[in-house]
Amino acid sequence: MYNKIMVPVDLAHLDPLAKALEVAADLARHYRAEVCYAGVTATAPSPLAHTPQEYQQKLDAFSKQQAAEHGQPVSARVVISHDPAADLDAVLVKAIEESGVDLVVMGTHLPRHLGILMPSHGGKVATHTDASILLVRP
Amino acid sequence: MATHSNDPNAKERSQPSEGIPAPEGPANLIDTDYVIGQDNLTTTALGVNVDLHGKVFAVSAIVVMFFVIVTLALQDQVAPLFDATFSFLTGNLAWFFLLSANIFVVLSLVLIFTPLGKVRIGGRDATPDFSYAGWFAMLFAAGMGIGLMYFGVSEPMSHYQSAMGGIATENGVRTDWAPLGAAEGDQGAAISLGMAATIFHWGLHPWAIYAVVALALAIFSYNKGLPLTMRSIFYPILGERVWGWPGHVIDILAVFATLFGLATSLGLGAQQATSGLNDLFNIPDTHTTMVLLIIAITIVAMGSIVLGVDKGVKRLSQLNMGLAFLLLAFVIIVGPTLLIATGIFQNLASYLINLPALSMPFAREDANFSQGWTAFYWAWWISWSPFVGMFIARVSRGRTVREFLIAVLLVPSFVSVIWMTSFGGAGIDQLLAGTFEGEADALFVMLAGLPLVEITSFIAIVLVVVFFITSSDSGSLVIDTITAGGKVDAPKPQRVFWAIIEGAIAIALLIGGGLAALQAAVISTGLPFTLVLLVGCYAIIKGLMSEPRG
Repeated sequence: MYNKIMVPVDLAHLDPLAKALEVAADLARHYRAEVCYAGVTATAPSPLAHTPQEYQQKLDAFSKQQAAEHGQPVSARVVISHDPAADLDAVLVKAIEESGVDLVVMGTHLPRHLGILMPSHGGKVATHTDASILLVRP
Repeated sequence: MATHSNDPNAKERSQPSEGIPAPEGPANLIDTDYVIGQDNLTTTALGVNVDLHGKVFAVSAIVVMFFVIVTLALQDQVAPLFDATFSFLTGNLAWFFLLSANIFVVLSLVLIFTPLGKVRIGGRDATPDFSYAGWFAMLFAAGMGIGLMYFGVSEPMSHYQSAMGGIATENGVRTDWAPLGAAEGDQGAAISLGMAATIFHWGLHPWAIYAVVALALAIFSYNKGLPLTMRSIFYPILGERVWGWPGHVIDILAVFATLFGLATSLGLGAQQATSGLNDLFNIPDTHTTMVLLIIAITIVAMGSIVLGVDKGVKRLSQLNMGLAFLLLAFVIIVGPTLLIATGIFQNLASYLINLPALSMPFAREDANFSQGWTAFYWAWWISWSPFVGMFIARVSRGRTVREFLIAVLLVPSFVSVIWMTSFGGAGIDQLLAGTFEGEADALFVMLAGLPLVEITSFIAIVLVVVFFITSSDSGSLVIDTITAGGKVDAPKPQRVFWAIIEGAIAIALLIGGGLAALQAAVISTGLPFTLVLLVGCYAIIKGLMSEPRG
């Protein structure tokens, strides 16, 4: 059914993602699919990494750790953005298209008061891509 | 973009991501225990995420409120105080501003030709974030877009007239405002000197000021891994202390200069745009119009902020470059074409010939000019440098130092030569023909002397407004990054917040009065920032020496 599952991860906030990571791993086992962990980073130094290369190393380490825990084949994809606060959805959609992903498993927050002004990323990504999207609430 | 699949060594490298491994590409990171954002306050209030540097944000906000309230409440008392501070600085420390600016120019020019110019911002393998067109449009729009609109016609004319008037003395003190030795009664020489003086104020020196701040920030952020805030360039001197109060103070000062610089220009700019609208459409020149204009500019800026750098400020900057180019081409073709074409080379030559005398910091006979014009401009450019420099740094990753300096120093200086020659030349031409009347809104008066005035004036007003939108947008980006402790991915509502604050301060000061007073206060921040920039020069050399070249 699915060959490649993408899980967008925010290495700075992994706790709320725990459920999405598990769901992705279960689905990957079921469909014998590869899981691609996608992380978005800015070019400027951030709390996680001083350079995009360093971020790539961290994401690689993270995906290998996931592989060791769950056993599915993994890959890591670093998506570089000039302005992650504004571009996140756009660069994710581009990464989804470029990497030939057919299912995206995204952790998302519960609807909030200001959801209309600041919609969650999951909803926005879903309207801009052909891949199936599974939004996982914490 | 590299994709790594599973490999048998996974177990070994599957350590949880604690501690920072050295990066793979050749770079020379500064080893510090400071983690970007470690002093930040992160919370979710009413469904809005915030991520702020507690101390910098709090103190900046309090200082801003304090200054606005004091300026509004005690206008008559503080205005003379701010003015006196500013006159003292330009009067007694003019030599310091002039000397420092010369150091920045020399350093920038020398770096182009040294092997250090080969260092690439962002590490040896970094690739540019933006295309040349987008990058250059943003550099120019942030750097001086708005000023060129206002001073393009009026400044050359002013210098020409004072040079024509010759030297006037009273009790042995020169009372005229002419540059250098003036050129009494000699029309050709007066035009040439007036142009040289104008280009001097808009050429190498201001761009060298921006280049120093931007290069220092870019090197310490993209190559050394320090956060993208002003304090990082002090690392070579203060070491780990930059993460404490000395660093907080530098950042707060940068926020202060940026916020008030933007708010005062937004207020003063709204006044001038309204007078243009009044000329063109008979829209009443009242406070209501100005307030509506500021609100409109702020709303569009907020839209642009929400769209981000790529879709917002970059596109607007490119639109503006297109419009500015059209207006320039129009003035050249419809105006005195031959005069402008030959003038470009004559004025460039005149600028270069007069450059040593104009930039001489000591023993100036033209005190009014060197203090009232030059020192004022230098203080003004320097007070804007944290904002423009940080924005330029942010968009310049992936360029080599040489490429960066040519694009930030030489190209814009040459564009200034063309712009000033065209707009000032057309203005002086009309003045000589006796068809020029007016002073304050010189640009619109000059355009009225050419055909199609309705269209060109409208384009000019649009240009002014869009330049303000890009300033408000990029300014909010910079303030947000500083108050978020150097994080460039802080939540978007924070940027919107700063844009609203800029608009609100501009409106409050416009209605309550005190814009001009506060502007004097902002320009006074030029003095501390001159010291920051001198440190920046040292930091650039120190930082570049330790980078891999080639």
